[in-house]
Amino acid sequence: MLDQLLAALNETERAAVDEEEYQVLQAVVDELPAFSHEVSQLIPILQEIQAKHGYLPRLALNMVADHVQTTIGKVYGIATFYNQFRFNPPGRNPIKVCLGTACHVKGGEILMENFERRLQIKEGETSADREYSLERVACIGCCALAPAVVVGEKVEAYVTPSKVEGIITEIEVRNEMAAREQMKNEAANG
Amino acid sequence: MKQPTGSPKEHLKVYAERAKERVKELKESPIPVIYVGCATCGRAAGALETIAGFEEVLKDNGIEARIEKVGCLGHCYAEPLVIIQNPGFPSLLYQKIGAGEAGILVRSFLKDGSDPCYEYMIGALEADENFPTLMDYPRYLYENRVVMEHCGLIDPDEIDHYLAVGGYLSLAQGLEKGGAWVLEEVKSANLRGRGGAGFPAGRKWEIARKVEKTPKMVICNGDEGDPGAYMDRTLLESNPHQVLEGLALAALAIGAERALLYIRAEYPLAVKIMKQAIAQAESKNILGMNILGSDFSLEVTVFQGSGAFVCGEETALIESLSGNRGMPQPRPPYPAVAGFEGLPTVINNVKTLSTVPSIIRNGHQWFRSIGTEDSPGTAIFSVVGEVEYPGLVEVPMGVTLEHLVVDVCGGIKDGKELKAVQIGGPSGGCLPASLMETAIDFDSLKSVGAMMGSGGLVVMNENTCMVEVARYFTDFTQGESCGKCTFCRIGTRHLRDILRSITIGEGKMEELVDLEEISEAVIKGSLCSLGKTAPNPVLTTLRFFRDEYVAHIEEKRCPAKMCRPLIAFYIDLEPCARGCDACVACCPTDAIFTTSNRKKAIDQEKCVKCGECVYACPPEYDAVRRVSPPGMIPDQGVEPLSETEKEKDKEESK
Repeated sequence: MLDQLLAALNETERAAVDEEEYQVLQAVVDELPAFSHEVSQLIPILQEIQAKHGYLPRLALNMVADHVQTTIGKVYGIATFYNQFRFNPPGRNPIKVCLGTACHVKGGEILMENFERRLQIKEGETSADREYSLERVACIGCCALAPAVVVGEKVEAYVTPSKVEGIITEIEVRNEMAAREQMKNEAANG
Repeated sequence: MKQPTGSPKEHLKVYAERAKERVKELKESPIPVIYVGCATCGRAAGALETIAGFEEVLKDNGIEARIEKVGCLGHCYAEPLVIIQNPGFPSLLYQKIGAGEAGILVRSFLKDGSDPCYEYMIGALEADENFPTLMDYPRYLYENRVVMEHCGLIDPDEIDHYLAVGGYLSLAQGLEKGGAWVLEEVKSANLRGRGGAGFPAGRKWEIARKVEKTPKMVICNGDEGDPGAYMDRTLLESNPHQVLEGLALAALAIGAERALLYIRAEYPLAVKIMKQAIAQAESKNILGMNILGSDFSLEVTVFQGSGAFVCGEETALIESLSGNRGMPQPRPPYPAVAGFEGLPTVINNVKTLSTVPSIIRNGHQWFRSIGTEDSPGTAIFSVVGEVEYPGLVEVPMGVTLEHLVVDVCGGIKDGKELKAVQIGGPSGGCLPASLMETAIDFDSLKSVGAMMGSGGLVVMNENTCMVEVARYFTDFTQGESCGKCTFCRIGTRHLRDILRSITIGEGKMEELVDLEEISEAVIKGSLCSLGKTAPNPVLTTLRFFRDEYVAHIEEKRCPAKMCRPLIAFYIDLEPCARGCDACVACCPTDAIFTTSNRKKAIDQEKCVKCGECVYACPPEYDAVRRVSPPGMIPDQGVEPLSETEKEKDKEESK
């Protein structure tokens, strides 16, 4: 099924499907049979694919449409209607800046700008090395601790613009330590 | 183990007694018990680190203690909150306990009981002559906790904690007296829907009950999309079984066999806790087939929303459940007549359902004795923004805004002036200080152009720009408009564009008339309440803060000094301290340089107006100034330090 779908793409579209995405798509092909064939289950199906792979590859939407016997238009319409769904892979450290009312009043936009400047990506983008992705969320319900930012799974409270640097440095230090640890292990194992 | 038999109440008694024994064991524990508030907000403030801190120091000191995770008390300003139950002392509530404070508490209080650490303490939960009690504080005294009574005091992961405080007793009683009686109680209580519009829940139930079609369905609406409101999340996370009991009672009242919890995607913890709660209740036969030995059965499932504000609207929610785009549908038919899959469907908000068990337990007369004639009961508000004690507050309906903001939440932070309260989120309005005597109930708020909404209340001081707030909300509703109605889809966009141009200093006076006209049109031309209420923030700010709009347009000045294109920062050389580098280090764009007399100045070309230097400047100097319009920067004859001097400095530091 996957190869058929790929064959139907034009050259540039096919080139956009890299090895990694191909793997994800292959995995989706394997997972699909476990899902319900009901059109009413479209949202939970998309949610599950995204939960597993972090995003919805374009061809996965075609596969889902096929699976529940509906048009790609309907699936695409739903996937783009709801804010939860994304179509490009998230970074290893997804950063979500809360821009709810309380966070906005306390300078959430400025935080977003600082992240954009520090990471050199815009809202909604993922950095080239896939380390970071930057998104806005409407409200995470931590309004009394505004402004709030979600880094990975962790909610950071009372974030000031100068804390942005600290958050990124913390991730960098953690990565560096992990890399050294790995090098040490590799050296030890000969 | 004795298997329960007999009537629902006898049935429940078996479980409740077991639960009470287990909880009694905890309450009379010979070793200290540490309760840590672990709802999303507590976690954000570092509750999990606090627990790790306790564990480590307890181990190092060889002290035995139990750590229990509880939900949220609603006192968000004081997170992480910890309650310590140390034998020989009343239960004591502590605030802002990080890992470090946890260590101090263990070493000074738990080790030998010598010092209960008054410096971190709020007070004792029970009356005690040696400690201040919580009731000594206005926050606790004025609150009337009906729905949030057990929040933050019981473990949401344990059904036994809820059973031990009389949980599911209302359901057992309802099962014995029948659905018609439950309906009658809720109707007589005049419980109005807490989701925003205030439609009487009893009437909705009655419509669904009368429809002959089966099966019927009850949906708990937990799609709390209102930015600035989080009470539904707190109730789901802190007392999940109370929501389930209310849901089961609603199902009983209308004769439904299916129930569903619709929870938004942004609340992963709430989803997890609710799923677990359902499984626990089913294992005790409190949900599922033949509940508590009766002939009433209820299948409960959880559906995760996917992030669309409009799905808070009943008909859109049903569309989304059916696997469609969440677009509202014309009513009638009302969902109570023909909803999900054409079945009679009652949709109630989390707060509405959470209120039901207490009405059944205490009777409708009790409920009507709280609040006002037309809006009985309590209201839960998330009071956030520039107040001293932000958090969740439950007060009787009908109290004034003044009372809520000043008496209960401690007034405005840092001694500043109250400028406005934004109530009801994107559907609500901004009310000025002069309207603070307005009573908080469904009808009074509507009469001044605001709305109860879901109960979000953002308090703003003189540094918040009302035009910018209107732009923010319009931006939000514009993005969340489902696109079905032209007026909502295009009208909100025009509103947003005009507001945006005003906040960047490109507005025109005649556009104020456009704002009003477009608002009218959007209200008239929209099907659902998202569109019908979207212009409220614009209309209320125009009505109460027109002078701010005029200042933006005519003087290119933002009176609150918030709109960044209309402001500038500069450093007053007089108080600026020679040699101090505090602001330089914090500037994200290296816009601050040293002047010829070794003070600091801002390069306006590089400055992004983040305001970080204002906070970085030590309060004893307080030298950073904010002006609007940007042309107001005085000429202080600033000159950068010469290159030769810089070289000299470098030499010296070597």
